[in-house]
Amino acid sequence: MAGVAVSTTINGDHVEYLCQPDETLLDVLRDRLGLTGAKEGCGTGDCGACSIILDDRLVCSCLVLGAEAEGRRVETIEGMAHGDKLHPLQQKFLEHAALQCGICTPGFLIAAKDLLAKNPDPTEEEIRFGLAGNLCRCTGYDKIVRAVQDAASVMKGA
Amino acid sequence: MNFDPRFSGRKFTSVGTRPIRPDGVDKVTGRARYGADFNMAGQLVGRVLRSPHAHAKIRKIDTSKAEKLPGVKAVITAADLPDLTDGDAAMYDVLDNCMARGKALYDGHAVAAVAAVDARTARQALKLIEVDYELLPHVTDVDEAMKHSAPLINDAIFTEGLEEKPVKPSNVTKRSQFGHGDVHQGFGHADFIVERSFKTEQTHQGYIEPHACVASVSSDGTADLWVCTQGHFVYRQHCAQLLGMEASKLRVTSSEIGGGFGGKTHVWAEPVALALSRKAGRPVKLVMTRDEVFRASGPTSATSVDVRIGARKDGTITAAEATLRYSCGPYAGSWAEIGAMTAFACYRLDNVKTVGYEVLVNRPKTAAYRAPSAPMAAFAVESAVDELAKEVGMDPVEFRIRNAAQEGTRSSYGPVYGPIGIGPTLEAAKSHPHMKAPLGKNQGRGMACGFWFNFGGQTCTDLNIGMDGSVSLAVGTVDVGGSRASLSLVAAEELGIAYEQVKAIVADTSSLGYNDMTDGSRGTFSSSMATISAARNAIKILRERAAQMWDISVDDVVWENGHAIAKGEKHGNLGRLSLKEIAVASGKTGGPIAGHSELVADGAGVSFATHICDIEVDPETGATRVLRYTVVQDAGKAVHPTYVEGQYQGGAAQGIGWALNEEYIYGKDGRLQNPGFLDYRIPVCSDLPMIDTQILEIPNPNHPYGVRGVGETSIVPPLAAIANAVSNAAGVRMTHIPMSPPRILAAIEAKRAG
Repeated sequence: MAGVAVSTTINGDHVEYLCQPDETLLDVLRDRLGLTGAKEGCGTGDCGACSIILDDRLVCSCLVLGAEAEGRRVETIEGMAHGDKLHPLQQKFLEHAALQCGICTPGFLIAAKDLLAKNPDPTEEEIRFGLAGNLCRCTGYDKIVRAVQDAASVMKGA
Repeated sequence: MNFDPRFSGRKFTSVGTRPIRPDGVDKVTGRARYGADFNMAGQLVGRVLRSPHAHAKIRKIDTSKAEKLPGVKAVITAADLPDLTDGDAAMYDVLDNCMARGKALYDGHAVAAVAAVDARTARQALKLIEVDYELLPHVTDVDEAMKHSAPLINDAIFTEGLEEKPVKPSNVTKRSQFGHGDVHQGFGHADFIVERSFKTEQTHQGYIEPHACVASVSSDGTADLWVCTQGHFVYRQHCAQLLGMEASKLRVTSSEIGGGFGGKTHVWAEPVALALSRKAGRPVKLVMTRDEVFRASGPTSATSVDVRIGARKDGTITAAEATLRYSCGPYAGSWAEIGAMTAFACYRLDNVKTVGYEVLVNRPKTAAYRAPSAPMAAFAVESAVDELAKEVGMDPVEFRIRNAAQEGTRSSYGPVYGPIGIGPTLEAAKSHPHMKAPLGKNQGRGMACGFWFNFGGQTCTDLNIGMDGSVSLAVGTVDVGGSRASLSLVAAEELGIAYEQVKAIVADTSSLGYNDMTDGSRGTFSSSMATISAARNAIKILRERAAQMWDISVDDVVWENGHAIAKGEKHGNLGRLSLKEIAVASGKTGGPIAGHSELVADGAGVSFATHICDIEVDPETGATRVLRYTVVQDAGKAVHPTYVEGQYQGGAAQGIGWALNEEYIYGKDGRLQNPGFLDYRIPVCSDLPMIDTQILEIPNPNHPYGVRGVGETSIVPPLAAIANAVSNAAGVRMTHIPMSPPRILAAIEAKRAG
């Protein structure tokens, strides 16, 4: 099967790749581009571990085809920190121990970043519903919610 | 020098603080490498063909078409995994579970596997494999499987543990019994007796990371395996045995692990990946899909439990009895036995008897799930205890306090307890503000207790001091949730240096001696014991080197706060030498400085918890909402309290999912109906409130710092605590887990109908 040539922007960098027409963007990121920060927990859009931001919209990259990234902007966990300076959400996840095994963490960080971009001052309930598309099996979400609350207050002050 | 593991009260400097974990930055930047994040040059993609039938004889497997497909490099069946288990029945079951041998025993049982150049080709190849099945009658329900009329899953099974050896085979592999006293007599002294039957459905650990590995077998017979596992040393042993290799020629590296909770303690895909790699002569990456994880890894038991408890008017329990039936999947297990041991472990009982039955069913092989078997037993017992307290007319907390086990109590499963935390957790719950908070309409409060043994086991640890005075700590227990942080704290504490000076890693199987599986809440307990031992061995060498540098007797050198100090007036002008100063000079004083430790970490202190929760029930729909949740648990000593809280919260959340929602649903055809996160719904963020925690510290006398395991106990009380809350809110006793809306509604309607 002939590959599809795709030209896109990932974390601000221009990227070109060939992919199969039925290949997901998640597989492209992980297997072709070496960006393994997005994880496959289910492959059916239920767990959010593969969350990325596509043109300012939070999506599960397992539900997007690699070919669909043509001409668009992709943001992944690998682009969240600025050099060695962590994003406030990353820093607060560490300080609050909002991760145990950490497999869901990239997805949560991306989803939380998207949430705070749209709602910089969310209530606890808004955070809980905003992150309801991401599964975590370790933490019971308590420390994740607190980390997002803390990051929101830091980012408001910045 | 003999290591003394006994608790010695000390003032802690590092232990008990809350630093950022050493693996944290990699995990928030996406750099941490999990099972599926590793690749090798020239690697193939492995895929497994699974039985769509619950029970079927495999007449023939024709792989010829698949083998001819361009891009397919290897196809294997059970014939490629010959039986090398040499009479080891448990290992034979593992082998059979990895690849069906003549019979498929559950929906999802592996029957063949392929390795191909890419995923698409591998998927195509699976479709070209022809399996000729002869369908057999199946049974998936634990009670149905015990009936004489049930289809036999293995006609070589004759129930063990009966007084007389049975003449007919059955699906019951074993009967076990625990207890003491005379329950018949005890019930004779009871003024009130509660007797009830309970059921719990099968659940899955639900780790977000599917099983994944990369296997590479070389033509010289050596091999590498990269895998997400809770125990790479055990995986090495099992894989080597099944593949006919020497263990030392198989190097297993544990990746970062994306959750396990007991579910990554067994090999499934790994021997298959190794066999594929051996046949193809290339590395093979094998990653399960979520569907495969649900259908073909190891969920917990479904159970059926009868409980009978009697008490006098003054609230003293006079007798307690339980019969527990646990599903094991199609292979023998000891799940009911563990349930029977834990059922009444919280109480001081003169007369107690528990009987467990291990039951074969056509479901995946049961695996451990966080305090395996204990939550279901606690659900039944703690529900009955609540009812009995009501009958007696006592507050449920007071009733439990009256009957709680204490130091010196003979436990229901045999041993006599040392200092334990059941009483203190109950007292803390009694005085917790949560207990006094007002409740609204349709809201109920429930509480329950839980017990877990905890485990220690074989542990090997290396502590290497670098030439610059920094410390590398190599441990063999897998870091499932922050143990590199807690073990670095322990190394820093013992050496008297800063946490930041220590870097902990999980070493591969070729770099360190054998370590048992990271299970039984043993990670921080046993590896901290080994770390303390290794540090003390290193300190001995540091003192010797300092003595050499000063040219005095080592007997005059003590180790304090990270420094060698010369003791005695005659050495008054020698000052002190830091760990770093001694390390920098080590090349001239005898070479590298290291401390090693190989030990069996005995004396894991038992652990108890008490949980409180408030639930609102919608009487029109049966829907529930968790309003408030509090965990009180004894940690012995919380090494890194934030991660201890995390364990408490995570266990509670898993228990909430189990209690209210999660279950394996099988169709009449014996196929799993909900093998995905959409239909097997684990709690999401909007389902839960904040989970309040209270850490109690009743030192474990068998650990230098008093540490007890903390990971598992937190999942034991929730099923019962929530069932008690729902029962109080709905005004009807709930006896079937999960308490999904249809079950609650049915119970409410049945009560209304009288």
